[in-house]
Amino acid sequence: MIQLTEVRKYFGEKRALGPVSFEISPGGAVGFLGLNGAGKTTLLRILATDLRSSTGEVEIAGINAAANPHEVRKRIGYLPETPPLYRDMAVGEYLKFVGQIKGLSPDSVDNRVREVEEYTQLTPVHHEFTQNLSHGYRQRVGIAQAIIHKPELLILDEPTKGLDPVQVVELRGLIMRLKKEHTILVSSHVLTEISQTCDRVFVLNQGELIASGSEDEISANLSGTYRIMLGARMAPDTRADDLIHFVRGLPDITSVEMVQQDDRSLTLSVESPTDCRGSLNRSLVSSGHDVVRLELGSNELESLFVELLGQKVN
Amino acid sequence: MNGLRVIFQREINAYLRSSVGYILAATVLMLDGLLFYTQALGPEARVSGQVLAIFFYTTSGLTVIASLVLSVRLIAEERQMGTQVLLNTSPVRDWEIVLGKFLAALVFITGITFSTLYMPLMIVVNGKVSIAQILVGYSGLVLLGAAVLAIGVFATSLTRSQLVATAVGAGITAVMFLFWPLSTVVDPPMSRVLSALALHGRHFSGFQQGLLHTRDVFYYLAVTYFFLLLATKVLEAKRWE
Repeated sequence: MIQLTEVRKYFGEKRALGPVSFEISPGGAVGFLGLNGAGKTTLLRILATDLRSSTGEVEIAGINAAANPHEVRKRIGYLPETPPLYRDMAVGEYLKFVGQIKGLSPDSVDNRVREVEEYTQLTPVHHEFTQNLSHGYRQRVGIAQAIIHKPELLILDEPTKGLDPVQVVELRGLIMRLKKEHTILVSSHVLTEISQTCDRVFVLNQGELIASGSEDEISANLSGTYRIMLGARMAPDTRADDLIHFVRGLPDITSVEMVQQDDRSLTLSVESPTDCRGSLNRSLVSSGHDVVRLELGSNELESLFVELLGQKVN
Repeated sequence: MNGLRVIFQREINAYLRSSVGYILAATVLMLDGLLFYTQALGPEARVSGQVLAIFFYTTSGLTVIASLVLSVRLIAEERQMGTQVLLNTSPVRDWEIVLGKFLAALVFITGITFSTLYMPLMIVVNGKVSIAQILVGYSGLVLLGAAVLAIGVFATSLTRSQLVATAVGAGITAVMFLFWPLSTVVDPPMSRVLSALALHGRHFSGFQQGLLHTRDVFYYLAVTYFFLLLATKVLEAKRWE
């Protein structure tokens, strides 16, 4: 879907981005995480063809963005940090304008406006001027304008910025629904935002890509180990020490720590160089224990992020 | 061409909806009426051809000012409001953006200009001027307005500040106006170059008299094309910033 090769962006002498290279496959949501000034917006603006990179190549849906930006623009929807709204237009009129400018035919645009308004819950404000809308509604109009032409790629730059908690939850739900139909790129410096909506994360710092992958992959790469949370109900006549000893003796297990004990239930934090949840489950069950919890990653994205930036600084 | 049509429609609707458009139209019509009464009709006895020439002269000044006022907001305002990014990331060409906005402004200016038609028609009723003379004069006004609009569009493409755009647009227009008086005080061949480039004077005087020279039509079209092309190139170049 997206391929970036050695992309750099300079503003005058200042390097804002790069060199950045990566590939993103179609489907799902990808998050771009970084502090303010990390280069997220610059990267998204290049992907949205609002900016051209100073060097390197950008390909979207197999089309070179510098050589044929017009074709790329048909395939993308972009919500910048501030939704690009004309204050003198009503919501319906604005969406119709955007639909037409994005290439929808005059016959189909009215139906599509109605669909998008229903999808983003904008129908009640169809006749409202955009300047009279609340911040939350403006963000929704921003998303509506980005999806009106059914783009393959949806680029959202800090979509939850400035929203209250209720609006954040609503917008997050909307993004989760959009994931099913579009490839989504979301930028944010709010870690939980990325953590809850994205399948893959790119971490940017000072214009450079310092980590990429799923939260668990980043965690494993960073520490060289997978941390597995294991919840087990012990077999009769088994003590907690026996179970810990048993788990410690299994192949690929480097460390076992007790997190919590509640009567015959134990929660253990297990470290391994591989994702060995399958073999761990089989071993425990065959020894008569019940496995009630088996999941990766006690490393929260927040601590990973801080650790990544710390490594970079060091 | 779809982008051009959609942008043109949006701009026209924006003019009809905004109070700025109506205030501008009302101001131009009021000043034009006053100037017609005080300058063109005046206390002195004049033949009707002279009255018409003075009317087109004074109206040309108002057309220039109105064109500048209207044009300097066109692209700078999009940048100020953050809507330029919508146009930049939509499948529309830069020339469609420039031309769509220019044509909408031209239609609006033409509308205001032709609203003054009752004044020359009064001369037709009470004097001896032909309809062709009037049409030629209005053609000159529209061409002059188009040239100044194009200068304004170029100025507005350079910056996000309407104030800076106004200064740049007014500066270019003033310099091109001053070419005419300058041409009368310098020696040839410089005088010929300056008079050929002057925005008013030599090129507008024909229209004022009801004389249609293809040279003058070509000049205004060339100025319009040149500055619209520059504005398009500026928009393209801005993406590299």
